[in-house]
Formats: sequence, C-alpha cells, structure tokens
Amino acid sequence: MRHFLCSATMLCSLTFAVTAAHAEMLFPEKDELTIGFIKLTDMAPLAIAKEMHFFEDEGLYVTLEAQANWKVLLDRVITGELDGAHMLAGQPLAATIGYGTEAHIVTPFSMDLNGNAITVSNAVWDRMKENIPVGPDGKPEHPIKADALKPVVEAYKAEGKPFKMGMVFPVSTHNYELRYWLAAGGINPGYYSPGDISGQIQADALLSVTPPPQMPATMEAGTIDGYCVGEPWNQAAVFKGIGVPVVTDYDIWKNNPEKVFGLTEEFTQKYPQTTLGLTKALIRAAMWLDENDNANREEAVEILSRPEYVGADAEVIANSMTGTFEYEKGDTRPAADFNVFFRHYATYPYYSDAVWYLTQMRRWGQIAEPQEDGWYDEVARSVYLPDIYLEAARQLIDEGHATEADFPFDTDGYKPATNEFIDGVTYDGRHPNAYLESFPIGLKGDEVIDGNKIAGR
Amino acid sequence: MTIATEMMDPEIAVRRERRIARINRAGKVLAPFGLGFVVPLMKLAAGDTPSEQWADLKQMLLVPLIGILAFLAAWAFLAPKVHTSLGAIPGPAAVFQQAEVLMDDHFAERQKAEEFYARQDERNQMLIAEGYADRVKVRPYTGKPTYFDQIWTSLLTVALGFFIGTVIAVPVGIACGLSKTFEGAINPLIQLFKPVSPLAWLPIVTMVVAALYESQNDLLPKSMVISAITVTLCSIWPTIINTALGVASIDRDLVNVGKVLQLSTWTTIRKLVLPSSLPLIFTGMRLSLGVGWMVLIAAEMLAQNPGLGKFVWDEFQNGSSDSLARIIVAVITIGLIGFFLDRVMFALQTAFTYSANR
Repeated sequence: MRHFLCSATMLCSLTFAVTAAHAEMLFPEKDELTIGFIKLTDMAPLAIAKEMHFFEDEGLYVTLEAQANWKVLLDRVITGELDGAHMLAGQPLAATIGYGTEAHIVTPFSMDLNGNAITVSNAVWDRMKENIPVGPDGKPEHPIKADALKPVVEAYKAEGKPFKMGMVFPVSTHNYELRYWLAAGGINPGYYSPGDISGQIQADALLSVTPPPQMPATMEAGTIDGYCVGEPWNQAAVFKGIGVPVVTDYDIWKNNPEKVFGLTEEFTQKYPQTTLGLTKALIRAAMWLDENDNANREEAVEILSRPEYVGADAEVIANSMTGTFEYEKGDTRPAADFNVFFRHYATYPYYSDAVWYLTQMRRWGQIAEPQEDGWYDEVARSVYLPDIYLEAARQLIDEGHATEADFPFDTDGYKPATNEFIDGVTYDGRHPNAYLESFPIGLKGDEVIDGNKIAGR
Repeated sequence: MTIATEMMDPEIAVRRERRIARINRAGKVLAPFGLGFVVPLMKLAAGDTPSEQWADLKQMLLVPLIGILAFLAAWAFLAPKVHTSLGAIPGPAAVFQQAEVLMDDHFAERQKAEEFYARQDERNQMLIAEGYADRVKVRPYTGKPTYFDQIWTSLLTVALGFFIGTVIAVPVGIACGLSKTFEGAINPLIQLFKPVSPLAWLPIVTMVVAALYESQNDLLPKSMVISAITVTLCSIWPTIINTALGVASIDRDLVNVGKVLQLSTWTTIRKLVLPSSLPLIFTGMRLSLGVGWMVLIAAEMLAQNPGLGKFVWDEFQNGSSDSLARIIVAVITIGLIGFFLDRVMFALQTAFTYSANR
C-alpha cells in the first residue's frame, strides 16, 4: 500500500512537473496534527513550515502549541496529546534508553546547529577578566576558556562559597556544553549516579536546572553565578547589564547539533506518510531559513516575534538570528553561523551526533554502567531515522524543491572525525569508548559511581 | 411634579410626566449595570428640573468619573517610574494602544482563516479532479485563537463550571436546610473544602479527568472540562451555604400550613421552600459566580488551558516590550467581565426577590 501511494505521488508530480506544486498528492494517514514547541528561536522551522504553507503542501493541517516546559512537552508527546515536538537532542535518546521518563522516541529530522552561549555574572566576569589575554584591539581574546574561570572557582571554594551555575534540563544540550566547557578548563562539573540525580557528586561547580526565561532574573538575584542557555537569554543579560556571555557553543564545538523533531516510534509506524510529509515540510522550512545567505532571516524574525510563536521583541530575536553576537556592551562580533538551520547538512540526523550525546551521558554518569561501542551505534540507529529523511529529500528533489547536492546521500551516518572542540580533543563517533578515554575528567572504561566515589577501575 | 410643569400647557405636562415615568422604570433596569447615571441625563433631556437632576448627576456620574480620572492620572504618573526587566510599566495610553492591536489581530486572524479555507478548498477541488473525491475533507482552521476567542472560551468554561456547581449545590443546600442530620454530616466537609485554593485542586482534577474522560470531542475538550470542574469545586460553597440558610429560615407558619395540608415533600419544596429561599439562593449563586470567574483565570494559567488565563501566561513568557501592556488589557477585561457577570446575577436576583416576596 505504502509503495503504491509513493509511486502515485511520483506519477502525479511527474504529470504536473512544470508547476512542481503537486507534491500534495502525498496521502497522510493522519492529517490533523498538533505539534508542541518551547518558545525559543530554534523552533523556527516549525513556524516557517506553517506560515509558508509547507505543511499544507503535504496535505497536513498542523496546529502549533507552545508548551510550559521540556518535561510537559515530552510527557504530552508520549501520551499522544501532541503528535510531535521540538525537542532537546538528548530527550529522545534519554527517553529511549530509559533515563528519566521511558518511551521510544525517534527523530527523522535534526532542527538546527549551535545557538547557545554561556553567560557569567558581572562579579564573576570582573575576576575572570584578569586571567584573559587582551588582543591588539584592546578586547579580550576569544574563545574564552574555562581556564580563566578556574581561579575564580578555586577562590570561591577557599572562601567556602559554592560556585553555582544554571542549565535548562538534565539531558539538555546546554547541560553537556556547560559541562564540556568547564571540564576542558579543569573544573569538575560533577557526576550523576542512579541514586543521586542532582549531578553534583564531586563537583567543583554546582549545576542545577533553571527554566530559560528565568535565567537572567535568577542570576540577578544571586542564586546562580552563571548559566548556559539558548537565545535570547544571553543577549538579555547584556541588554540588562547584569552579566557577560563569555563563550558561544559554536566555540565549544563548531557546528554542534542542537534541537531535533521528536515523535514516538509508534506514530512513525502507524502513520508513515504523515511522518514523511512532516519531514518534507520541515526540510523545506529549513532550506527557506538559510536560503541566499540568510536572506529570509528578517522575515523569519518578524514571524517569530509574533505572540503565538516566540513573542519576544523582534530586535532581540534579530540579534542572534542575523549573524552577530554581543558579548560585553559594545563588544559585538560577527557570528554568521550562530544559528544554522540547513547548510552544513544541518538537518540530516547523523548517528554520530546521537553517539556524542550518549558519550556525554556516559561521561557524567547518566548512563551508569559501561557500554560496548556497538551499543552506542545500536541506540543511535534506533532513535535517529535518516532513511525517512532521505526518502523525504528524494521526493523534494523529484518535485523540484531541492537538488541532489543539498543532501548527504552517500554518508553512512557518521561524520568524519573532528577536533573542532574548545579543548582540541578529537571525536570519532565510531569509537565512543576511545573518545571517553581521552578526557581527563569524566567516567571511562569500567568506571562507575559508587556512593560519592568513582570505583571499578 | 415641579413648578416648571405647572406653568405649562397641561397636555404637554402630562406627556412629560409619562415620559419621565418611563425613564424611571428604565432606570430600574439600568442601575444594576452601573448605568444609573443615564437616568438624570435622560430626564434633563426630557426637560425635568435641572437643579434636582444635577444633584443626582453629581452623585451618579461626576463623582465616579472623578474617581476614574484620578486613578488614570495616578497610573499615568506612577507607571513610568517603575522599571521592570520588560521596560517601564505601561501607562493607560500604551494599554489602550495594545487593546487596539489585539482587536486588529483578531480581524487579521479571521482574514487568515478565510485564506486557509480557500486554500483547503482549492486542494479539495484538485483531489476531486484527480479522482480522489473520497479523500475530500474540511478541517477546522489551525491558526491561533485570538483574544476574543480566548474571552469566549473563558466565558463558556465558567458557564459550564457554574452550571455544574449550581446543579449540585442547590439540591445539597436544600437538603441541608431541611434536615439537621444531613447538615450535620455535610457541614464538616464544607468547612474543610471551602478554603482550598484552585491551585491545589487542579492537579487532582487533571489526573482524575484524564483517567475518566476519554472523549476527543471538539465541542467539549478535556482542557475545558478540567478548568470547569476546578471552577465548580472552588465556587459551590457559597451557594450551598446560602441555600441552606435560606431554606432553614423559612417562616415556621408556612411550614406548619404545609404540614396541615399534608403536602408531599416534592410539593413542599416546590411551593414553599424554593419560593421563599430564592433570594438567598441567588445571593449564593452571585457569590459563587464571582469566585468562579476569579478561580478560572488561575486554573487556566496553571494548566495552560485555553482562555484568558493562558493568554496572560503566554504573554508573560513572551517577555516582549508589549507584553505588560497586553497583560493589563487582559486584567481590565477580566475585571469588566467579572463586573458584568455580577450585575447580571444581581439583576436576576432583584427580579426573583421581587416575585418571591408575595
């Protein structure tokens, strides 16, 4: 049946090849959908696919619904109240391996690259600055490493004060990026264990969950000394003069994967054509966002600033969406790739991206037991669904919406090894255990957390 | 009526008297809605003595107007002095402007809905042309609900909650009033549950409704049922208490007459109990509706259920420089609707009280 429908689709699109608009002959099994999102700029592909009628072109009638927080969003996808959602890349993986809420969540579409930054309070920045070399233009040299923060954290320790930082969710990109940056500078961000899910075992810096919109206020109140969050909450600290973003995630790991579009596995099996249609519409939206060197970004900013989507002021959203980033007041630097939606094959669900998240879960003890390399690959393959992505891409090419070169058809799902990290460590997704071995801080090999200690080696 | 009329042509005077009588009657309907000031104005227009009307007008129009203007002035003066993370608190002008924006939004959204249906039609036509007529389907608009849609949802929700509440509270109240034993059994529960906040009820109601209510009905979505039941739980107490009080304080003579006539319980309730306790029942319902409306906004905010409460929460999350002004628009709307609901109940109460005092 599915094959018949596919070929019917192709026939139709051939018949009307000139207009290329008749991709709509896809027959989704379920065509009225509710999709959840969190009010963040990286939900853009969803808003664009709806506003530009890309969903409707696939015969899908989609209602977008803002959710209160990541937990509610995940729970509602699992119960089926939402058909799919904008998710943290770690969420489908954690849910599938049963960390937190257990459910088989999958993703055929990666939503964007980069988009986060780490901000510290003015007080911390003043003490950090002493340790940062100044460039010829009189401005601090970037990227700033956590080495500069280490003496500050040690001073806090000596004074008997805890050094506290905020991130948005235990399995969020932000948590792993912040931990990565801290650990690269010799600051231990602490471990998780099955018995202690606060993630502060042996920690030099205490990390805790704070909802994104409350980050600046929480830091202003002195509850946390810094945080890692997506936009606009880093620029907000600059606008309000309460903190300084020190490093973007682009500098921590160049072109790191950020959000994904998550669905239950059951949904993709029950409604394959619907899943395909959603993927097609989202690919088109991502292409639109990056088209002609971000030519459409201004329009995207206007759409995102509407109250039903992100709703923040257009000028605040524009700051990160249009290629600059303001560190200190007056220190604005170009950041062309601060938010990438399509180029660099941003939307392809690479297994190696999934494996990286899994390595970080293992590194910090969220995956408590040692796992074979094969296990990482297996989990990645059960959650990331490039087959659906490529089928959608093939149809878009046939309909004239895209070209062959837009998609990595010949990849095996693993990006080549890269060392474009802030600490220069090389990551090869095919050898996760070897990768874990290369970090001075973090669990590796047979290590497990026993009580408050690393044991088992 | 006055000196002025005596010096006039009697026929005109009679007509004027009649007109003024009519105005007075209209005043009885207008007064509960806070429109009492219209009466002296109309009387002035009808040619009644200005000095007398002036006194009324001062009391009913001028004094409240001064109050409102003083409030607006204080607001406009003080608001810019408070700086929040979203900028200064908006003054009346900014709020009024946002009210207009919300209105425009509503019509823009209606326009988008029309375009949506046109596109859908086009698609359906194409399906027919391709020979897939069986796949033709009309789906409801998938855009966002506008401000007016949210108000409407909230009104429906409170009406549903209030209806469920009244249906439960009046019989329970009557039973309490009629039977000391029953009241003794129920009273501790009333005292226990009356002070519970909607924020505490909501999680319980959400879980229970989620477990019991499986319908995918578009007319009565789960979220609306949850909000409505929360409203019911918080708002039934005044109706129960007042109904019980009203029933318990019926004239003993009436009850004795009923006994002599050997009326059945049902007839006693219908003919004796209800008519004489109606004024207090309505007082209770009026209090209940007030509480219900207040509770509803909190419930919607917390549960993210559609309605004005969600509007407020969404705007709070948006954190745009217009957000505060929009929230204030919502606050004023909530106040106005609450006031209006109260007046409707008051008008009903007045009407029934009158007929019940036979």
